[in-house]
Amino acid sequence: MQLNDSLQQSVSEPSEALPPWSRPGAEPFVRIENVSKNFGDFTAVDNISLDIYQAELFCLLGGSGSGKSTLLRMLAGFEAPSSGRILIDGQDILAVPAWKRPVNMMFQSYALFPHLSVEQNVAFGLKRDGVPRAEVKQRVAEMLDLVQLGHLGRRKPHQLSGGQRQRIALARALIKRPKLLLLDEPLGALDKKLREETQFELINIQQNLGVTFMVVTHDQEEAMTLSTRIGVMDQGRIVQVGEPHQVYEYPQSRFVADFVGSVNLFEGLISEDEVDSVRIRSEQAGAELFVNHGISCTLGQKVWAAVRPEKMRISRTRPADGDNCIRGQVDEVAYMGSLSVFRVRLVSGQMVRVTKPNMARRFDERIQCRDEVFLSWGADSCVVLAS
Amino acid sequence: MSSREFITPLTQTPSGARRQAVKWLLAKLAPGKTLVASIPTFWLALFFLIPFAVVFKISLAEPAIAVPPYSSLFEWDADLALATLQLNLGNYLFLFEDALYLDAYLNSIKVAAISTFVTLLIAYPMAYMIARSSPSNRVILLSLVILPFWTSFLLRVYAWMGFLKKNGVVNELLMSMGLIDQPLVMLQTDFAIYIGIIYTYLPFMVLPLYSTLEKLDGSLLEAAEDLGCKPMQRFFLVTLPLSMPGVLAGCLLVFIPALGEYVIPALLGGSDTLMIGRVLWDEFFLNRDWPRASAVAILMLLFLVMPIMLLRNAQGRREDRA
Repeated sequence: MQLNDSLQQSVSEPSEALPPWSRPGAEPFVRIENVSKNFGDFTAVDNISLDIYQAELFCLLGGSGSGKSTLLRMLAGFEAPSSGRILIDGQDILAVPAWKRPVNMMFQSYALFPHLSVEQNVAFGLKRDGVPRAEVKQRVAEMLDLVQLGHLGRRKPHQLSGGQRQRIALARALIKRPKLLLLDEPLGALDKKLREETQFELINIQQNLGVTFMVVTHDQEEAMTLSTRIGVMDQGRIVQVGEPHQVYEYPQSRFVADFVGSVNLFEGLISEDEVDSVRIRSEQAGAELFVNHGISCTLGQKVWAAVRPEKMRISRTRPADGDNCIRGQVDEVAYMGSLSVFRVRLVSGQMVRVTKPNMARRFDERIQCRDEVFLSWGADSCVVLAS
Repeated sequence: MSSREFITPLTQTPSGARRQAVKWLLAKLAPGKTLVASIPTFWLALFFLIPFAVVFKISLAEPAIAVPPYSSLFEWDADLALATLQLNLGNYLFLFEDALYLDAYLNSIKVAAISTFVTLLIAYPMAYMIARSSPSNRVILLSLVILPFWTSFLLRVYAWMGFLKKNGVVNELLMSMGLIDQPLVMLQTDFAIYIGIIYTYLPFMVLPLYSTLEKLDGSLLEAAEDLGCKPMQRFFLVTLPLSMPGVLAGCLLVFIPALGEYVIPALLGGSDTLMIGRVLWDEFFLNRDWPRASAVAILMLLFLVMPIMLLRNAQGRREDRA
């Protein structure tokens, strides 16, 4: 349950500028209605309803076993839901077999046919549709150019690098101009640098073609960079849907706060409940925490104050400003180049994670292990969670 | 600091050091590798190459009434103090003169080819089903395939005689069901030979097929379906081409022994069945013409080796191109 309603102020922009999911009355392109999937006693997908709009790049984010892949496979037609409906562009697709659906999938393993050349792999879908030979040739060439691999058409998949295979898999899935493209961990097999480059390329291609993408990933960073909206999944349910910044800055539960990025949680009781502010007495934090927005709660209710590591300041001396300030001792320092990560042990024994950008090159004033430090954050940096 | 980088010898660069390490490792491992490779090499030399050389030697000799029943290739001329070598290619030439041998070869190839093909047709669905069944069922089904090997091969062929003979199980059954009035003549026909060969060599086809089908990546089949393949299309466009290595291995494992098969045609086939294994037997034991029998054997080996070599070459070329 999210308590910080007043934080998300309503925007008074004209409704045309709004994305479709915030526009009342916008027609969803993909409708998932009360879909469940049971494997024996195990419920993989538990009564999910989700609307996805035209040309969206929607990310399903969740750990392994959260049901995200099962949901994707139901859209592709490899699994049939135990109950519920799935509509794409107004058409109920559950009666349509996988080979006839206007949906294509890019597999996690890429699943390129090893006995076919790159060109034949890309042409595979078109040939099955009986597209004339000349048109197949032209469209394959165009698609290979789009993924910048026009020169590798005659190679076999095993002669390509991981990044090249990924692009061929994308080209093969896009060539039939599907209404919905499903991508199962599209960047999972690439190394970090390549993954970052490919992310932006994927977004470019998606925007140029205007195809609706649905991506499954367990990598929150990938989900944040790629998507227009994220659906966070846990144990077969969607626990929160929102734009990346909404999910990150306004998580609705401890699970989401913790799964998307890292977070420090302080358990406490509401000790003061004003209209536009609350105080939380937290023994874990060893202080009374001040939050400068009103929340719907009762006095004495048990809540968690969530503060992101980058929203905390760390200093050796007590800061002059700062609405919240707690003390602790540095337990570990990880120097990561662009920033340093500190693990600070509070008096209560709780560990707190703080990140600090390394703005200066000087080393002498660095905070080191076993230093006594003060952690402070603004009254608006904290999200109060009741579950 | 920087000057030291210039005087560092090249071999100390990371890649140079790695190369040296690999060299050192190879030098260390080489004796062991040679030893391991030498055992099968030795085995092959002892039990294949030497007997082959002996047979080849006999094929170049002339038959003689002696023990062993062929002439020696080397003759010691006491007057000249010279050893002379006498090679007799007549055995080979004769094989081409007498139509019997060519007919026997061709008929053997025909029988082996047809039975290989039928075995493939029967084994493929079996292997496919085993590969698709649950892991626990797989073990049971595979052991069922292998189970017949636990009984003597000869015994199983005799059992088929009991099935196929005039008042055998099959005829009795068909007659009691009223499907036929007269018993069918099955034993001592080509039909019985095919039955015997297909039955005997079926496991050799099933096992390699199973091992390739079992390894087949399920996501490839899903990808094919996703891209618009109906189930049948999916089989012919993805499953079958990807199982070709197993198909080839199975076909060779059936075709080669079927070509030289002697026991099955002798027991199940008619007296007019002309197969090269039988000709070989007759030459050896009835005519006691060891040199000619050896020539028949050598020529059969050539017939067998050539398609395999061609196949290997073709595969090698395909891999080079790829």
